[in-house]
Order: sequence, then structure tokens, then C-alpha cells
Amino acid sequence: MFSNILIYFVVIPLLMLAGVALSRNIKQIRAVAVVGSLALTTLSVYLLCSYLALRGNGEAMQFVEKWDWFKPLHIQLAVGVDGISVAMLILSSIILLTGSFASWKIEQPKAFFLWLILLSTGVFGFFISVDLFTMFMFYEVALIPMYLLIGVWGSGNKNYSAMKLTLMLMGGSAFLMLGLIGIYYHSAANPADYTWNILEIVKNGSISKGWQYFLFPMTFVGFGVLGAMFPFHTWSPDGHASAPTAVSMLHAGVLMKLGGYGCFRVAIYLMPEAAHDLAWIFLILTGISVVYGAFSACVQNDLKYINAYSSVSHCGLVLFAILMLNTTAMTGAIMQMLSHGLMTALFFALIGMIYGRTHTRDIRLMGGLMKIMPFLAVCYVIAGMASLGLPGLSGFVAEMTIFVGSFEHADWFHRAFTIVACSSIVTTAVYILRVVGKLLLGPVQDEHHLSLTDATWWERTSTVTLILCVAAIGCFPNFFADLIKFTFSPQIFSVLGMN
Amino acid sequence: MDYSQFLIMKQEIGLLIVFLLVFLYDTFASKKATGVLPAVTCCLFAIFTALGFIPCMGIENDAFEGMYQTSATVTAIKNILNVGMLIVMIQSIKWANSEFQAIRRGEFYELLLVTLFGMYLMISSRHFLLFVIGLETASLPLAAMVAFNKNRYESHEAAVKYILTACFSSAIFLFGLSLVYGLAGSLYYREIAMMVTGSGFGAMIIVALAFVIGGVGFKLSLVPFHLWTADVYQGAPTNVTSYLSVISKGAAAFAFLVILTQAFGTLYSKAWEWMLYGLIILTITVGNLFAIRQRNMKRFLAFSSISQAGYIMLGVIADNAMGTSALMYYILVYIFSNLAAFGVIGAIENNCDKGDMTDYNGLSKTNPRLAFTMMLAMFSLAGIPPFAGFFSKFFIFTSAINQGSTAIYVLVLIALINTIISLYYYLLVVKAMYINTDGECPVGTFKSACSERLAMWICVAGIIIIGLASPIYDYLLTIG
Repeated sequence: MFSNILIYFVVIPLLMLAGVALSRNIKQIRAVAVVGSLALTTLSVYLLCSYLALRGNGEAMQFVEKWDWFKPLHIQLAVGVDGISVAMLILSSIILLTGSFASWKIEQPKAFFLWLILLSTGVFGFFISVDLFTMFMFYEVALIPMYLLIGVWGSGNKNYSAMKLTLMLMGGSAFLMLGLIGIYYHSAANPADYTWNILEIVKNGSISKGWQYFLFPMTFVGFGVLGAMFPFHTWSPDGHASAPTAVSMLHAGVLMKLGGYGCFRVAIYLMPEAAHDLAWIFLILTGISVVYGAFSACVQNDLKYINAYSSVSHCGLVLFAILMLNTTAMTGAIMQMLSHGLMTALFFALIGMIYGRTHTRDIRLMGGLMKIMPFLAVCYVIAGMASLGLPGLSGFVAEMTIFVGSFEHADWFHRAFTIVACSSIVTTAVYILRVVGKLLLGPVQDEHHLSLTDATWWERTSTVTLILCVAAIGCFPNFFADLIKFTFSPQIFSVLGMN
Repeated sequence: MDYSQFLIMKQEIGLLIVFLLVFLYDTFASKKATGVLPAVTCCLFAIFTALGFIPCMGIENDAFEGMYQTSATVTAIKNILNVGMLIVMIQSIKWANSEFQAIRRGEFYELLLVTLFGMYLMISSRHFLLFVIGLETASLPLAAMVAFNKNRYESHEAAVKYILTACFSSAIFLFGLSLVYGLAGSLYYREIAMMVTGSGFGAMIIVALAFVIGGVGFKLSLVPFHLWTADVYQGAPTNVTSYLSVISKGAAAFAFLVILTQAFGTLYSKAWEWMLYGLIILTITVGNLFAIRQRNMKRFLAFSSISQAGYIMLGVIADNAMGTSALMYYILVYIFSNLAAFGVIGAIENNCDKGDMTDYNGLSKTNPRLAFTMMLAMFSLAGIPPFAGFFSKFFIFTSAINQGSTAIYVLVLIALINTIISLYYYLLVVKAMYINTDGECPVGTFKSACSERLAMWICVAGIIIIGLASPIYDYLLTIG
């Protein structure tokens, strides 16, 4: 069992949990968190290299292995990765690493890191699983720590936000569970061959079209709630605004990607016919997310709310692109997941750092931070530029690919919606520049702020790492596009007649 | 009569031996020696429980011309109940040795054992007469146990309510039985099953069935037969409440399954599928909605256990082997989760007599371990992975959907939406303990008794292991 590299993505977090539980002081806890997440990052980079070496062998996924768990129910612990999951694993480990640095001075560090690492165990487990049951289990493992992380360490209206977030996400997973059980009972022609294994379900291809029409919306909505799909996005602004820094980073950076990834891996991958026929409904909803999120961000004054609505808009774009069902747009979608994950984590880290100094997140009460804390301010500008799609940074590559891919559709419906979604780029520029102008450049609003210090070394480590990653995607888009594109193997999408 | 038939009832005989030993010890031991009676009982019962796992216990056999039957499934459910019973017994040690109860601690354990004997009969009977004897043997001592807190008014009130409902439900059940007897001419499950297919009894058998379901519904506190539950749970001593909520309910649920599938199996699609369908929706929804409003922990768990009974019934409506095993597994997991919660409530009550949800504010600061146990229990009851409750819920839904009809999909969807409602109120407890830590903490730091801690450790271990260790479920499925 331990000869498979993927299993270590769950083993290391579990070891970290044990390590944190045994730690006696904050230094040991920090050491465990940093060493563990560094190990995970190294492991994911190593995985990337070995994946690249292996991927030409004609299999849909690499490192595939399965162990029986609940045998009579055909539940297995099945793992496997393709380019998309490798990309997601790298993203998650980087954000866990930077998140650990960003929570350097958290109160009650032991409990905090225990929950945070439990959350990331769920995330890593989710991305390596190819068995629907284990996937779902890890998905829920990732959700529940959010309640305590926000409830205990959060700020503002935290009780309300934590409960709302948990209940909405769990509500999504209720639909999801029904969808998954439904998929299981149609996964093979013969009851003895029923399986939860995604690869086998695709091979069997025995979900009839009628059932697909029922199961596709169930699973898509289930995951879509986490992907902040309109009208199920309302947990996101409140949740992100109340969450502590590292949790916002992980949640917006990684957890929301679980939604997009699940929509792709389960809903579309297993039920392509229904996806093809029903995509228009969800295109409308996600289109609304994109535009509505961007406009809402323009009128907020709380930095975290601005960024949370911007996440709704950007994650909406992920789902929007996935639903375009062609290789270019989908590649763009996964790129956007990477890009948004890094960029939004950077944003939330910076907001946390600024808030830690000024004790306010209201942009009307702050100003001229460029003079006071130049390092953080410059980082904020870079994050903003990535968000509004400046070439050379990740946002541009991702959004460009998405819109080019979406426009490949010849019919007016897709094209019209692409144009509508494109307008979000302009709106994004409006709210980013508004913040940059008010917060960083304008006059200093509060003279107490003049005495504030710039970033400490752990804060610099955290932000610089993220900026480097954002720039890497922006400068070497081909590498990442290739990594992802390779995954859309013809066997999956032959049903759709996709190119 | 062939008296060797009695040997088939191995577990019943074992239980009687334990009972007699406890009784003799209680009667003849010196006053000083009775101080260890609870511990002795626990040890004896632990040995008895362990013996139940010997494989030869599960050999399929029947006695008294099929009135009594034992099989691997029956033994498994009895073992599950034994384990729960053992935890309840360990939990009660401190309470039984407390000032007010010490004089009657022997009675308490004896009554516990007698009710369990009644439940054994309910589970094993394949003839309604034996079933009724079991039902009454289980119910009447429980009423005495509910009234056990002599000094508390609520305890008496609860006991009166309990005994009146028990009598009432028995009457309803017996009325249903008399109709069944009139129609089928027999009280053997197998003969009823044969008669019911053989002729068109029309509406009459459905009326009879409705009365039977209603009668057992009282025991299981299915809505609309649940009205006694909250008051009795609140008034009874905590250990009795925990016994009522898991063991009594688990036994009734399994007996219910046996009656419906074996005696009325042929009426599945004609009658009881739809009756249960309505009952399940009502039970889960009403239980959940009322639980939200509760401020007393015991009342809160009463309504939570009502809704849990609804989930257990999903295993019955599935009407297949998978459903049976999922039901047994659910009961097992439910025993551990609920007893963990009641363990904490009992420990706090024994220490400072507080039991409102607001009293739990800041518990994570003053008693981190108790708070952690409670949190695991709540997560497990709510069905959060990686705790056992997640697996049991998942399996019971899977087994229900295996039945395949569209109506079942709708039912499971309703049940799933209800799990979200239940998550809300379970999280309220977690919130009180972990998030509302700023104000004063009503429960001061204290060290709970060894016995209580032991019981809680067993429960916590169960909550974590039962789900992740697949052999347990696999075993239940092979015999189901």
C-alpha cells in the first residue's frame, strides 16, 4: 500500500496531525506545520516530474491503484492522478505552506493547526481519490473544520457566517450524496459489477440518458455550491469575510476548487450526454455569478468582502468555462482554478496582514499605505494586476484561454454569454483600481497608521512564494496548458464530439 | 415436551444466570460488600458479552415448534445490544453508588437485566405471543427505572407517562393482533405470512397491520406516536434515558423489522411500504424541527433520537438483506454515539446538576476532554466523516436506494435534507462548547469518575474505529 506515492498525500497530513497533537509549544507546532507542508510541496513537485515522465503511456490516469475497503459494497480506496489533479495538488500544498506562514501568530495555535491540517487532509484526499465514496468522504472531511475555524478564530459576524457556510455547503453535499449513490446503482449493467470507481464507471458507460438527466444536476449543484454558483453563492462573502487569514486562503484558494474539480471529474466526466444537453441551464447561472460577483465587489467597502465577491466572479468563470465543454475552454478553466487559487490566497494573506496592523478592513478608513508599508502595498498591486488580467501574470493567461475557448462555439447563445462574461474583466478592473487608488495611493486617513511597520520575514516568505507562482503561470503558460490539456483524452469526450 | 430445547436459548439462559448471580449477591452479601455490586455486575456482564461472540452462538436453530428462533443475525443484534448495555452499566456505576441511590443499586441493575431479557425475547420470537411477553417484560421494569429518582418530581411524572403510554400502546398492539389472529387463524409469523398471501383479506388485514405498526411505533417513538418521548427522557435519570434511547430503541427497531418482513412480508408493496414511507418522513422531519427549539440537553437528545429512529426505519423500508445489515450497523453506531453524548451529560449532571445547553458554554475551556467527547458524539450523530455516523448514514441510504423505486429516491432526498437540519442543532451544541467561550462558564473544571471516563473512552474508540474498520460492516452484511 505504501509503495504508491499518492498515499503519502494523506499520510503526511496525518503525521502532521499527530505531530501537532504532541507538540508542547508554538515553536514546535510551527515547525511541524512548515516541515510538513514543505514535504507536501516537495512531494507534489516530485509527483509532477514523475507524472510528466509517465503520461504518454496511453492511460487516462497515472499511479492508479486500488485497495478494497467495504468489499460487499464495492467501496475501494482507489487513487490515481491526471494532469488536473497534479496541478491541484501542487496548488494545495503551496497554499498550505503559505497559509502556515500567514498564521504565524495565531491564538490557540494547537487547536487551530489541528483543524487546518484536518481540512487539508480532506483536500489532498479528495484530489487523489478516484473512488466516489472516498472522494465524498474526504470532501466532507474538508468542510466541517471550517465551522470551528471560522467560529473560534474568525472575526465580525462569525457565528452567523460559520453556520451559514457549513449548512449551505453540507446542503450541497446532501444532493451530492444522493447523486453519487444514484451513480453507483447505474454504474454497471450487472449488479455484481457495480462500482464507485470513476475510471470503471467511464469504461462501463452504462448510465442511461434518462438517469443522467437526474444525476447530473444533483452532482453539479452539489459541487456547484462549493464552487459558489449563483444562487448558492451567498455563503461565500460572509464566510470569507469572517474567516481568519489562513482559512480564507485555504478556503478560497483550494476549497472552492474542490467544487470546480468535482463538477468536472464527477458530473461532466461521468455524464457527458446530460452535461451536453443541460449545460445551458448552468451556463446561465454561472454567467450570472461571473457578472453579479464582479458588480457586487464594486460597491463593497470591506476588503474581504471585495475579495470574496471577486472570488464568486472568478470561480463562476471556472464553472462557466467547464460547461463550454471544449478543450480550450476547459484548459482555461483549470488554469483559472490555479490562477485564482494562488491570487486569491495572496489577496487574503495581504488583507490579513494589513488588518493585523490597522485593525480595520474598511477601505474608507485607510489610505496611503504605499508610503507606510511599501512591501505589502506593492504585493497588493501585483495581486490586483493578476486579478484584472495583466499579461505576464496568471490571470491573463487563464481568462484569455477561457474566452477564446468559449467563443469557439458557433451558436449565438454561447457567444452572447461569452460576451456578457467578458464584461466582468472591465468590472474587475474597476474594483481593483478603486481599492488600489483608495487604499494604497490616496492620502493617509489615520495618523496612527503612520507608525505601522512593514512585513515581517514570515509574511514576506508567504507573499513572495505566492507571487512567484503567479508569475510562473503567467510566464510559462504553455507548460501548464500542456499539463492540463493532455488530460482531456479523446476517450472521455468522444461522446460530445469535442475537439 | 423436549426440555433440551431450552438449551437453544443460550443467550437468554446466560443472561438469566447473570441476573440470578447479581440477585443472590445483592440479597446475601454484607452491606459493605454490596458497595462493589455495580462493578461486579459489570464484570459478570462483560464476561457474558464476550461469550456471545463465540461463533457457535450463531448457529441457526429454533425451539418450541418455531416460536423461538436464533440465527447469526439474531445473535449479532443481541451482541450489539450487549455491548451497548455494558457501556450503560459502566456509565451508571457512579450514579448507582451515589448517596440517594446506593440503597437501591442492586434493584437498578437487576431491573436493567430483566428488561434486556424481555428484549431478547422480542428479537428472537417468531410467534406473537412470545413477542408480547417479551414486550411487557421489557416495558414494565423500565417504568420502575424511569421512576428511580425518588426525590425528583419529574421522575415520577415521567414514569406515570411512560407506563400509561406503554399500556396504551400494548392495547393497540394487542387489538391489532386479535384482528390478525381472527384473519389468519395463527400467531406464528410464518403461518400469518402464508395465510396473508393465500387469500384476499382486503382492507381488514391492512387495518390490523396499521394497529400493529402503531403499537410498535410507540416503542420506537415514531411520529405521531412520539409524544411521551421528550418528557420521559427529561424526567428519567440520565442513565435510564440513555438506556431507553439506544438499547430499547435498537431492540424494538430490529423486532419491528422481523415482524414486518417475516409475518407481513407479502404485504410490502400493498401496505406497509407506504405506511412506513409516511411515518419515516414525519418522524425525521418532526423530530428534527422540534429538536431545534430545545434548550435542555436531554430533551434535545430525545428529539434527536426520534429523528434517528426515522433513519433506522430506512433500513426496514429497503426490504432487503442490505437493509437489515445497514439497520444493525446503524444501531451499533448509534449506540456508541448516543452513549458518548449521554456519558458527558451524565458526568456533568452527577457533578453539578446542570443540563441546559447554555450550561455547556465554554465547556471546551473548563473540561476539554468532555467537550471533545461531546463534539465527536455530535459529529457522529450528524453523520460527519471520518466518524462512524457518516458510514452508517451512507450505508443506510445506499441500502434504501437499492430498493430502486423513484419514491425511494424522493424519500432519501428528504432524509438527506433533514440531515442538514440536524447538523444545525448538533452544531449548536458544538458552538456552545467551543465558540461561546467569552462569557462565564457555568460548569467548573472537575474530574469525572473512573467508570464514567472508561465508558466515554469506549464510546470514543467506537466512534472512530467502527466506521473506518470495514470488517465490522462486512460481517454484518454477510449474515444479514
